Amino acid sequence: MTDHQLSDQSFSQHVVMDEWQQMACEINAVDDNAVVQVLAKSKANQRLSLNDFKALISPAAAPYLEHMAAESQRLTQQRFGKTIQLFVPLYLSNMCSNICTYCGFSMENKIRRTTLSFEQIHKEAQAIKAKGFEHVLIVTGESERKVGIEYFESALSVLKEYFSHIAMEVQPLKEHEYRRLHELGVESILVYQETYHREKYAKYHLKGKKSDFDYRLQTPERVGRAGINKVGLGCLLGLEDWRTDAFYVAKQLRFLEKQFWSMKFSLAFPRLRPCEGGGEVNSPMSERELVQLICAYRIFNQQVELSLSTRESAVFRNNMVALGITTMSAESKTQPGGYANDDKSLEQFSIDDNRSVDDVAQMITDKGYQVVWKDWQQGLVSQ
Amino acid sequence: MTTTTDLLTIGDKTFSSRLFTGTGKFSSSDMMMASLNASQSELVTMALKRVDIAGQTDDILAPLVQAGFNLLPNTSGAKNAQDAIFAAQLTREALGTNWVKLEIHPDPKYLMPDPIETLKAAEALANDGFIVLPYMHADPVLAKNLEEAGCAAVMPLGSPIGSNKGLASRTFLEIIIEQANVPVVIDAGIGAPSDAALAMEMGADAVLVNTAMAVSHQPVAMAKAFSLAVEAGRSAFLAGLAPKAQHAIATSPLTGFLD
Repeated sequence: MTDHQLSDQSFSQHVVMDEWQQMACEINAVDDNAVVQVLAKSKANQRLSLNDFKALISPAAAPYLEHMAAESQRLTQQRFGKTIQLFVPLYLSNMCSNICTYCGFSMENKIRRTTLSFEQIHKEAQAIKAKGFEHVLIVTGESERKVGIEYFESALSVLKEYFSHIAMEVQPLKEHEYRRLHELGVESILVYQETYHREKYAKYHLKGKKSDFDYRLQTPERVGRAGINKVGLGCLLGLEDWRTDAFYVAKQLRFLEKQFWSMKFSLAFPRLRPCEGGGEVNSPMSERELVQLICAYRIFNQQVELSLSTRESAVFRNNMVALGITTMSAESKTQPGGYANDDKSLEQFSIDDNRSVDDVAQMITDKGYQVVWKDWQQGLVSQ
Repeated sequence: MTTTTDLLTIGDKTFSSRLFTGTGKFSSSDMMMASLNASQSELVTMALKRVDIAGQTDDILAPLVQAGFNLLPNTSGAKNAQDAIFAAQLTREALGTNWVKLEIHPDPKYLMPDPIETLKAAEALANDGFIVLPYMHADPVLAKNLEEAGCAAVMPLGSPIGSNKGLASRTFLEIIIEQANVPVVIDAGIGAPSDAALAMEMGADAVLVNTAMAVSHQPVAMAKAFSLAVEAGRSAFLAGLAPKAQHAIATSPLTGFLD
């Protein structure tokens, strides 16, 4: 199917089981010649198709990584300049009623559960603000009863006092709930599909609302209809064949860009990390392959934000500053209350880059890039 | 050289440099300041969303204020007239300037300006006492509408923002320049000093350049190059370009029978 056939139905109608294998085969069958042609197209500033993207993530593109990196750097600097925007995740709760085989917050895991009180949220916000952050990402598990829309409303009323830009990575919500969040000043929703493989998705998401593949997949559309400015997409690299999953992320991105022409998008590339409960990594992805994927997304789409978290090592992150990334988290704590009081027993996954935000900011400056702390003004987009 | 008599007046300000600049995409605050100084620009635009408007302690606004640049706050991020009016009012309150570069581009991909919302916001802001410089598509009728709405200048695009594709809209820019009663500032897409010189030769009153400087390997040297190009283009326009001769004129195959 061509890009033009991405019609106005929901994207979930475009993720059909019998297509997965075909896409995987096509990606693996790409030859050298196709990769060279796609890179030439990019250098000539021509628009790339989804088929072109397959070439960029194919095994055949591996020998062209240096060329891809140069192209990714050129396109990123053209669009974003030499800047890296910093943000920090703020975990409000690790309560969760889902059972997901790879996640530290999974309901079966015998970890201490906590949800921050408003007083604690104030303390966390103060601790984060003292480090210089203006962009914050709210994260929770999925516990509709204790951490639902009412809790979010109260939490946002606190956090709006402190931060210029608030993003959320929480359970999929209903459209009217997103409208409410939009009114309360939420600018961005991150919702990762984890895997676009329908059958395997069911094997990773055993219990709870997250087991509804289509409801999750349709979330960016509900976010878009609710008028929220930006949505973040991604898959959990390592669950299933990363190339095929990454292809579906690109396909969903293109679908959404056509459906919601005034919306912004961001992509993230979480690789599976060790966590409580110990998930399996079926399709391990090397650092070299991660670089290939990041460069491929940039060459495919010049305006999408590409975000790299502290899951990756300091050395890797240092080197990716100039290769396509536009956004980074720093000094992240993945447990609720972690900034005011660092208790590791509550964390979702352990991070790799443990440096302070000052060290990360200094590294970015040393690389010849400017740190962007603030890139939004509360109230700028009306409801 | 630009003579002191060739000044550009917009609203309540007069400029001897016809190169306006921006603050985005530089590798550091120091690099930005060095480049802006080298450009000799006297009017610098910066995004409200990017600066700490209340504290003015951030790395863009603070050095600009300290160096005494004329500020042209822009409403980048606004998706409609209401957003842009909000942004303009916020900057007027915080920075004490009634100048605003009206930018309404709801499309995050090509950042194309929304003509309908821009006209709406321009009318409201001009009535509210703002010096409005609207970013717009190279649409001659819209330029006249914005002029009538009370804009102090118009800022039509050469090509999409940040694209460095030059004056792709040249034919329409020429019409806008021909018809304008307010200064025409060519904004967006100017990728090389030659593009800036061409815009000035065509009779533009000024150009605004950001990406081509900031993303250059040597922003300071490039800023200087743009400054020279704008001066050269302006001087050429004032001198009057000689008409381009067609060699075919030497013979007269069609009218030779009259000789």
